[in-house]
Amino acid sequence: MALPTVLSSGYGLWDPILWVIAFIIGIVIAWMLWKSGVSSYKKGSEQGRPYLSGNAEPAKGEVHIRASNLYWGFTEGIKGYYQRVVPLHTGIATDYLLWIFWVTGILLIIVMVV
Amino acid sequence: MIPGFIATNAPALLIAVPLLGAFLSPVIGIISRDARALWVLAIITLTAIIGYFVAFLVYTEGTVLYVFGAAETALTVPPDSGGIPIRIIFAIDAMSALMVIIAVTVGFAVILYSLSSDSRRSGLEAYYTIFLLMIGAVLGMVSTGDLFNFFVFLEISSLASAGLVAYKVERGLAVEAGLKYLLVSTIGGIFFLFAIGILYGQYNALNIAMLAEVIQWTPLDKLALVLIIAALAAKCGAVPMHFWTPDAYSMAPSAVTAMLVVASQASLYGLFRICFTLYGMTLSYVTIGWVIIILGLLSMIVGVTMAIPQKDIKRLMAYHAVSQTGYMLLGVGVGLAVLGDQALLSSYGTTAMEGGIFHIFNHAMYKGLLFLTAGAIIYQVGTSDLNRMGGLGHKMKWTMIFFIIGALAIAGIPPFNGFASKFLIYESVFAFSPILSIIAMVVSILTLASFVKVFHSVFMGPPLPEHENVKEAPHTMLIGMTILAALVIISGIFPEFFIQNLIAPAANALIDQAGYIATVLGGA
Amino acid sequence: MFWNLPYVAVVLLTVIGLATILLKRNLIKIFFGVGILTSAVNLFIIALGYREGGIAPIYTYAASENMVMATPQALTLTSIVIGVATTALMLSFAVIIYKTYGTVNVDEIRELKE
Repeated sequence: MALPTVLSSGYGLWDPILWVIAFIIGIVIAWMLWKSGVSSYKKGSEQGRPYLSGNAEPAKGEVHIRASNLYWGFTEGIKGYYQRVVPLHTGIATDYLLWIFWVTGILLIIVMVV
Repeated sequence: MIPGFIATNAPALLIAVPLLGAFLSPVIGIISRDARALWVLAIITLTAIIGYFVAFLVYTEGTVLYVFGAAETALTVPPDSGGIPIRIIFAIDAMSALMVIIAVTVGFAVILYSLSSDSRRSGLEAYYTIFLLMIGAVLGMVSTGDLFNFFVFLEISSLASAGLVAYKVERGLAVEAGLKYLLVSTIGGIFFLFAIGILYGQYNALNIAMLAEVIQWTPLDKLALVLIIAALAAKCGAVPMHFWTPDAYSMAPSAVTAMLVVASQASLYGLFRICFTLYGMTLSYVTIGWVIIILGLLSMIVGVTMAIPQKDIKRLMAYHAVSQTGYMLLGVGVGLAVLGDQALLSSYGTTAMEGGIFHIFNHAMYKGLLFLTAGAIIYQVGTSDLNRMGGLGHKMKWTMIFFIIGALAIAGIPPFNGFASKFLIYESVFAFSPILSIIAMVVSILTLASFVKVFHSVFMGPPLPEHENVKEAPHTMLIGMTILAALVIISGIFPEFFIQNLIAPAANALIDQAGYIATVLGGA
Repeated sequence: MFWNLPYVAVVLLTVIGLATILLKRNLIKIFFGVGILTSAVNLFIIALGYREGGIAPIYTYAASENMVMATPQALTLTSIVIGVATTALMLSFAVIIYKTYGTVNVDEIRELKE
């Protein structure tokens, strides 16, 4: 049975409708979890404080983890790669052109030889 | 419904309308700003209608031919010319029609978006002129059947794009980006013209179909092909010639960036058109196929790894554009590498090409959407530095939803459209060479990772005190984003409909070189 | 051979143009290099247009089978116009860059990198 939405690659099939159904079920479960929260929560009271220890709450701007702190481990882990690749992006216009000439030359050798 | 003379001249109107609109918009602008905005909107709507009409004609009746200046629009070879198509010919087959659809759809969405996003700027009289010129040039590039005509439209789109990239000036930064883009494009254009000269000197023809009929594989033809591949690969931002991409994409106004993506893909289209239709079986397809695959692999890996540590939201997305271009090169390159083997072609080559071409369509939609959301964020927050953003999800809910749609689509998460095309690429490339497919999947995971970073640092977290006055983006900007987001979702949920009606004819049009020649030169 | 002279000139101009682009650091001189390269291509195409024994397509009563198609000339004219537009745009960019950065040295125009 072929639904109009089924995508066939010649090796496998994939039906996005199943995923849409899965998405909807996921959203319903999330909604149910959210609904089961404490309904007597009072906004603006002490209940909203993130710390029970009595420590002062830091300013909002300091709680947020900024972009450059993310994936620090990843870039540190493959530092050797980044140390080679990042400096290639020199930002000098003639270097950009030089790369084009290099690629042309290498391609020419490949195409002429093979 | 549509008068006959408009229907027969639709391919010419496809570029005539935006060009006319472009040069009249400063005149209309004398009346008032609103009149100019209405005029630009009317022109792009008309262009979109003509574009869809031409594409409809192509998909229902086959290749549309238009010969400029001939007594009949389909008279490609005049009886007294000795069998040479001397006039400029537009040959719009299914592949061109797909590109026309992409260009007019994104063009309409970005013009709608830029009517409010760029309304605060000065110098708007020139801005819309250049913008419409760029859209017209992209449409010309994808519809023409003539090499030199392609070069002319390539140069128009380069000049217009460079002007738009530099438009904001930004203490010289944008001008620097525009200059780099212009230098790369000019060198690319010179290479392309050299290749045209070589081909013309040997075969006395400029028409792609005419050349395809007589072309051989002499050393001069090899040189011409290398020059064309280098020029167009540089123009579409393949590693290691991608350096201009992050500069230009990050400094251009966001609406322009979304259109620049389409302009790059028009160059990609030119690359595929020349490899498949002009050279076809004569080139050593295994070598050239692997060259394109390796360019694609480098683009995927370097693009995504360079994107992860970026701190500027649009620069990050620009590196992802490089990385996604790699998928298209990979898919179509695999198709090219098995072009001569009919059994392999029908077992996975065609599927790989469909995946690559579908990815062109999908990429234009979701990348356009992402750049537009980035533009909306920058418009409201006033900075593009990711480190200075946070908590915007509280204020910009619609922008956040559109961003999520775009980010999930680019990362290849079902049921959005990025997954559909990547699924085709993974499965067919796995049959060709498993390691390529695994690399493609790893790159997809890294893409998701870096968009999680953007999502977290822009939208999550508590509302920051410095962004207290941030509001949701204006309505016209949201409408522009809605169009693209709707297409992302629809083509994700009904991929088979798009594959069968738009993509498969396009892939077959590329493979079927003999059919193209017969259609264009058939009148002889 | 005398008829090869234009092609020798094309090669010479190409080499000079490439060398100017890659070796000079002044933006204006790099634009010169681009201009020389464009001229090389123009000369190449116009040299291709020469056909021995052909008649220029401007005479009404000449034998029509010996007339030469004027395509290369048309291409060259178009290419010259495009070259002028490109040069004008590049020079105007250089003016703004000089006003804002205070330099036209291509090595120092690298605010955008990595």
